[in-house]
Amino acid sequence: MSSPVPRNKVAQWIEYRLPVFSWVSHNLTDFPEPKNLNYWWNFGSLAGIMLVWQIVTGIVLAMHYTPHVDMAFNSVERIMRDVEWGWLIRYSHMNGASMFFAVVYIHIFRGLYYGSYKSPREILWWLGIVLLLLIMGAAFTGYVLPWGQMSFWAATVITNLFSAVPWIGGGVVEWLWGGFGVDNPLLNRFYALHYLLPFVIVGVVVLHIWALHHRRSNNPLGIDIKSEKDTIPFHPYYTVRDMFGMGAMLFVLFIFIFFIPNMLGETINYVPANPMQTPSHIVPEWYFLPYYAILRAIPDKLGGVIAMLVSILVLFILPWLDTSKVRSARFRPIYKQLFWVFLADCIVLGWVGAQPAEGVNIVISRICTAYYFAHFLIIMPILGKLERPRPLPESIHEAVLKKRGPAQAAAAMEKH
Amino acid sequence: MAETSHQHGAPGASPHGETRRDFLVLTAGAMGAIATIAVVWPLLETMNPAADTLALSSTEVDLTAIEIGQSITVVWRNKPVFIRRRTQEEIDAARAVSLDDLGDKQTDEERAQKPEWLVLVGVCTHLGCIPLGTKKGDPRGDFGGWFCPCHGSHYDTSGRIRKGPAPRNLEVPAYQFVSDTLVKIG
Repeated sequence: MSSPVPRNKVAQWIEYRLPVFSWVSHNLTDFPEPKNLNYWWNFGSLAGIMLVWQIVTGIVLAMHYTPHVDMAFNSVERIMRDVEWGWLIRYSHMNGASMFFAVVYIHIFRGLYYGSYKSPREILWWLGIVLLLLIMGAAFTGYVLPWGQMSFWAATVITNLFSAVPWIGGGVVEWLWGGFGVDNPLLNRFYALHYLLPFVIVGVVVLHIWALHHRRSNNPLGIDIKSEKDTIPFHPYYTVRDMFGMGAMLFVLFIFIFFIPNMLGETINYVPANPMQTPSHIVPEWYFLPYYAILRAIPDKLGGVIAMLVSILVLFILPWLDTSKVRSARFRPIYKQLFWVFLADCIVLGWVGAQPAEGVNIVISRICTAYYFAHFLIIMPILGKLERPRPLPESIHEAVLKKRGPAQAAAAMEKH
Repeated sequence: MAETSHQHGAPGASPHGETRRDFLVLTAGAMGAIATIAVVWPLLETMNPAADTLALSSTEVDLTAIEIGQSITVVWRNKPVFIRRRTQEEIDAARAVSLDDLGDKQTDEERAQKPEWLVLVGVCTHLGCIPLGTKKGDPRGDFGGWFCPCHGSHYDTSGRIRKGPAPRNLEVPAYQFVSDTLVKIG
């Protein structure tokens, strides 16, 4: 372990004026983490890596892109065909968005399983939801920029959601468009926002990590750190694990970039935008499908928009909807099973969101939407009161020792 | 005076305990709020449609080539406008509907200046897709008018919403017949 006070003279000179070395030591290298974190705790750092990945590839793309309705589509095709390595940068950015959402969603479900949203981490959780909303905004504004058919009609459908607002809806939509429909003013402002939002995200990430370091990481047992024996320093134990996680994630990402770069996209987005013709089947990108299914499940326009918003906003009050005192699902025998039912429900919503809204699909989407809200608004409050949780271990340290086998377990028992 | 003004009962304080400093804080705060609004207002206003966008006002359409039962799409303000020359059956069907069957209650007479000609903004009132039914061979939905493929809204031969998530009838733009065969939209 490194000492917080540097021995090197130059480093000492700097440290006296700006304490970077002790700051890094306190927040990174020697930062105490629970010793029992599993691989699901990798996904926060993976999300951070994807944010940097998107910013770096995005800035390079911005140097070649032209935000004008007559030139946007062709400038993207030029990146793909003529710009040196342009295809690689664009495919990296395009598939990077999907990878970003994949790790963010796993990160969120990790939090749901292990109760990471509970006291004292509510604000940490809120900041995470704010990040999710900002990432969605960045993804949507970015999707519009190539100005293909799907870009155009996604922009049309999503901006029209605001027309559901009673009385002022029509005015709000024209204000968003800067015109009478999706056109050049919208493309310009979406480009500006798409460049801005990632840096807003960086700012909120700083707050997210600040809150995390203030109350420290949750862990698979969901019990508090009680002594130094429960922890290990972040470096080298978790830095090396995060590096391994990054390698595994990049392996998956590279399969997409190099072998199936267009699998997650819609072919019709390679047709230039045509304001006079709606494609026969409009679907959002995979990471928006569950919300789209909820929107379409409600037969009323305003109701559908509200349900879609509430499906995310309900997460803000989850720390109080969940009445159980136990954090980790490991010690909650019923919640442990209902967690997987809920996950399956979200996946079915995603699947049905990609299907045409007719016949049995409408029934499926309504059942799954009802269950989605019931999980948060009915099951979580009641379950916490009814369920009998299994006994919690004394400490992280003791639980880790017990897992090591009978000999060490006996040794650990003797200490009591 | 400065050292005493924020103490209770200090010189300059009223019998109720308000001080000059309270007054200064409130007035400065009010001026700050006004200044903030004055800064934010133009920033938000710039996002409204600009003068050149608003100037895209009207389109004239020659109707001579349209046969009975045929529809065309013209562009007005970068949006499609449907013009359908309706058959007698379509007009009768639209006029036979009872208002009680409609979600957005409008008679066909209110929607068509001349029964034969139906002029509509071709944008679904749900989420802005363009309904099918103008081209030959397009699906026209359960009521013989238009069908929006995005989320399944059905419009009748007067462009009124009959089934599906759309809240309102297809909009009728402002238009006038310049002559029997020339219509001006906008």
